[in-house]
Amino acid sequence: MDKIRIQLRVNGEDRECLAPVHHTLLEVLREELGLMGTKHGCELGECGTCTVLVDGRPILSCLALPVECEDRAITTVEGMAGVTLHPLQEAFAALGAAQCGYCTPGFLLTAAALLADKPAATRLEIAEATAGNLCRCTGYLKIFEAIELAAERMRSRKRTETGTETETETGTEKARA
Amino acid sequence: MPEQDRKDLTVVGQPLVKVDAAAKVTGQTVFADDLVLPRMAFARLLRSPHPHARIRAIDVSRAAAHPGVLATLVGSELPIPFGILPVSQDEHALALDKVRFVGDPVAAVAAIDEETAEAALALIDVDYEVLPAVMSIDEALAREDVRIHDYGPHGNVHKEVSFDFGQVEEGFAEADHVREDTFFFEGNTHLPLEQHAAVASQGPDGKLTVWSSTQTPHYVHRALAKVLEMPPAHIRVIACPNGGGFGGKSDPFSHELVVAKLSMKTGRPVKVTLTREEVFYCHRGRHPVKMWIRTGLKKDGRITAMHFRTALDGGAYGSYGVASLYYTGALQTVTYEVPRYKFEGVRVFTNKPPCGPKRGHGTPQPRFALECHIDKFCADLGLDPARWRLDNAVAPGTITANQMQVRTIGLRECLERVLAKSGYDAKRGRLGGGRGIGLAGSSYISGAGLPIYWNAMPHSGVQIKIDRGGGVTVFCGSTDIGQGSDSVLAYVVAEELGVAPIDIRVVTGDTDLTPVDLGSYSSRVTLMTGNAAIEAARKLRALVLGAAARKLEVPVERLRAADGRIWDGADSSRGLPFADAAVLAEAAHGTLGAVGSYTPPRSVAKWKGAGVGPTPTYSYSAAAVEVSVDRETGIIRVDKVWIAHDVGRSINPLLVIGQVEGSVYMGLGEALMEEQVFRKGLHKIPSMLEYKSPTTLEMPPVDSILVETLDPQGPYGAKECGQGPLLPVIPALANAVYDAVGVRIDEVPITPEKVLAALDGRYRRPQMPTVAYPETVQVAPLPAAAPATAPAADPALRP
Repeated sequence: MDKIRIQLRVNGEDRECLAPVHHTLLEVLREELGLMGTKHGCELGECGTCTVLVDGRPILSCLALPVECEDRAITTVEGMAGVTLHPLQEAFAALGAAQCGYCTPGFLLTAAALLADKPAATRLEIAEATAGNLCRCTGYLKIFEAIELAAERMRSRKRTETGTETETETGTEKARA
Repeated sequence: MPEQDRKDLTVVGQPLVKVDAAAKVTGQTVFADDLVLPRMAFARLLRSPHPHARIRAIDVSRAAAHPGVLATLVGSELPIPFGILPVSQDEHALALDKVRFVGDPVAAVAAIDEETAEAALALIDVDYEVLPAVMSIDEALAREDVRIHDYGPHGNVHKEVSFDFGQVEEGFAEADHVREDTFFFEGNTHLPLEQHAAVASQGPDGKLTVWSSTQTPHYVHRALAKVLEMPPAHIRVIACPNGGGFGGKSDPFSHELVVAKLSMKTGRPVKVTLTREEVFYCHRGRHPVKMWIRTGLKKDGRITAMHFRTALDGGAYGSYGVASLYYTGALQTVTYEVPRYKFEGVRVFTNKPPCGPKRGHGTPQPRFALECHIDKFCADLGLDPARWRLDNAVAPGTITANQMQVRTIGLRECLERVLAKSGYDAKRGRLGGGRGIGLAGSSYISGAGLPIYWNAMPHSGVQIKIDRGGGVTVFCGSTDIGQGSDSVLAYVVAEELGVAPIDIRVVTGDTDLTPVDLGSYSSRVTLMTGNAAIEAARKLRALVLGAAARKLEVPVERLRAADGRIWDGADSSRGLPFADAAVLAEAAHGTLGAVGSYTPPRSVAKWKGAGVGPTPTYSYSAAAVEVSVDRETGIIRVDKVWIAHDVGRSINPLLVIGQVEGSVYMGLGEALMEEQVFRKGLHKIPSMLEYKSPTTLEMPPVDSILVETLDPQGPYGAKECGQGPLLPVIPALANAVYDAVGVRIDEVPITPEKVLAALDGRYRRPQMPTVAYPETVQVAPLPAAAPATAPAADPALRP
């Protein structure tokens, strides 16, 4: 089998490996780099389970070739948490948004990209952004709630850090107030 | 005080975070395909391209010679049949002489990597003699000449039953009104996000370990021992956390046996991970069922008799099918009063992937039929369908015509709360503009009352040990498939011992380490493991609190324990840490360990076949669904769902709501779009793109209401919640479509095409096939005080 040398920047680390030329980013992440947090549900681009971020944008790693991703920043679920959990991870855990947990990494990364663009995403924007991620356990509702809760906490932290007042108040915050 | 009435609970009832939540949100949960072992080889299975064929010859020599191939395997090397039920041991690890559906496994290869194994499959030569295929219930009944199996009463009939409970014809004679309807429920599948995977490794001691994404490690253990002809003591099955199950991982599977044998042949660990297409072939999902229902009623709506017929498309193998067949007739009687009841059912083999248990196992189909039929006969009689359901709900303690024992029942409260919240009465018939609202009630078992194979042992066992640092480890054979069963064990033990759930480690689903629990099926786990855990924990609580009482010089009855501390209830300043009390207890009694077990109460039902339906207690649900139907496109939009579920008691309301919402979602998918359809023997849609399931954009808001009936059978009064809430959603949606646009779609899924056809007067109602049901068994009513002498397993499920 023809192998090529692949250099990737994954979760801020420079990684290098040899992999069969036709292996997808999903396969290289899991099999060559041992990053088992990225899951697969179909390997045909249908379920969103294998979502990772490339330069901050969600992509389906089962449809991407690693050579396309060289010199770009790849984030997997392993790159979300430092010593403490990412607010999205905290919220998913607290609200029961992860039942079996298999689709969870894909949802977390899709949501992280959404909130980076739209820190006060509406319920509809959340649903649209995650429409390519299937979940069979939750009925999506706890996932929506967790993304909204994380967004609220992230905005609140940002306000605390920057000392500025918020521009808009979302429905979630009003409901919780 | 009976535990269901306890008011002093500190852990139970709290919306706590799951014990495995952090692992799941960081991607650290180790699913079966995440396992990597040194020297691990990879297996692939060759599957039949024909729906029905005789195998004349298989030649694996070219595959075996392919570079990188470590071993090949064919059916003759594993000739012993297996199957989940003792009564239908009709599967082989790899086909022996016949293939019975497209996807039936024929041969296997282990190689140094997956691609080499896949390439080698193309080098296996199979000589097939293609046979006529039987692809529907009607074909299976008509084609006695084409036999898929050589067992069963005749033709392609796998199992047929007919029971009359209480002379149903006398009831029809008393009726003022009789109504008949026919319904069809198309098959659909579980579609767990995780594809099945298994790893097997035979160690240097000859002992075999199999890791698998299975809901039922105990049954996999039994199948491995049987087929491999190995002592069970030399086989260890470890159930990995399942990436979704829904019933689809509760049979022993071909690929589990194959990797085990390939590991023995290669002396290396062997992994197999199924493709998404193969997951569709494993299936064991919802049976397609044709149903006919006839009900006799008095003018005031009281039922005098009900006659229910079902015909199930079982697919190519038995699986749980005999149980599924009985389930299509079992629970019609436990919701509304049915004084006389007759059930006739037949399950046929077809050349399609085998059907089995999916969430609600055999009961969503008849529930759909019954709840639509109720709305129809209420219209006939000018009765309000909500009022009818409230007036006819069975009373607590009822023993039904088919001898099912109802204990607590929250159906009426579920209906009342859903009616109040949804505004059903004000909305029904009045929304206009293509909008409508529908209602349904339902019931489900909290665990099957009898085991799958005959035995007199407990259904669930729990073992607990306490270490000197106050840590508590709980061992139980149950399997967490995402429903939170590991967390429930931790909460129950934390409650009983007065420690924090975080101080508890849970070890589950490992046949070497954990006492048997029968598995994550039939909504049995919270009730059965919960009761077993309470029994084990109370033994240790007595030792630890006894030691604390001696140290504090306080009567033990006065002690309280919570959150890692034990104290005098009369003087909370006098106390000590749980860990200190554990040390005192170990000094006094030796190593601290205890076991508990649970066996369901004996059923009062005595007829052969009554093993399916009894349960320690039934859960109840009610749902109202509001829809908007577009008359131009036939597209149904679900605007809102209100659902109430009688969960007995919420061990953790956060997890219960999660199960309710997930059930609503899955019910909506089945009602609107999910279906398995075949053309010329081929599965038309074995992919997640073509098999339509609801996305985030289809999911409506759901108002979930928990009703607590505090059932004496359940741990702290708890009943099931993982399956029951799916049941009312489907008929409530069908009833809502009727309210919206005035057409009755008597089948699911209710697709836009069917709605449009009905609006145009072109809809063809389902027809019941002509079935020669067997001679009816007359089941006499139980004597007033029935002696509880049911056998320990249902004779109908015995071989």
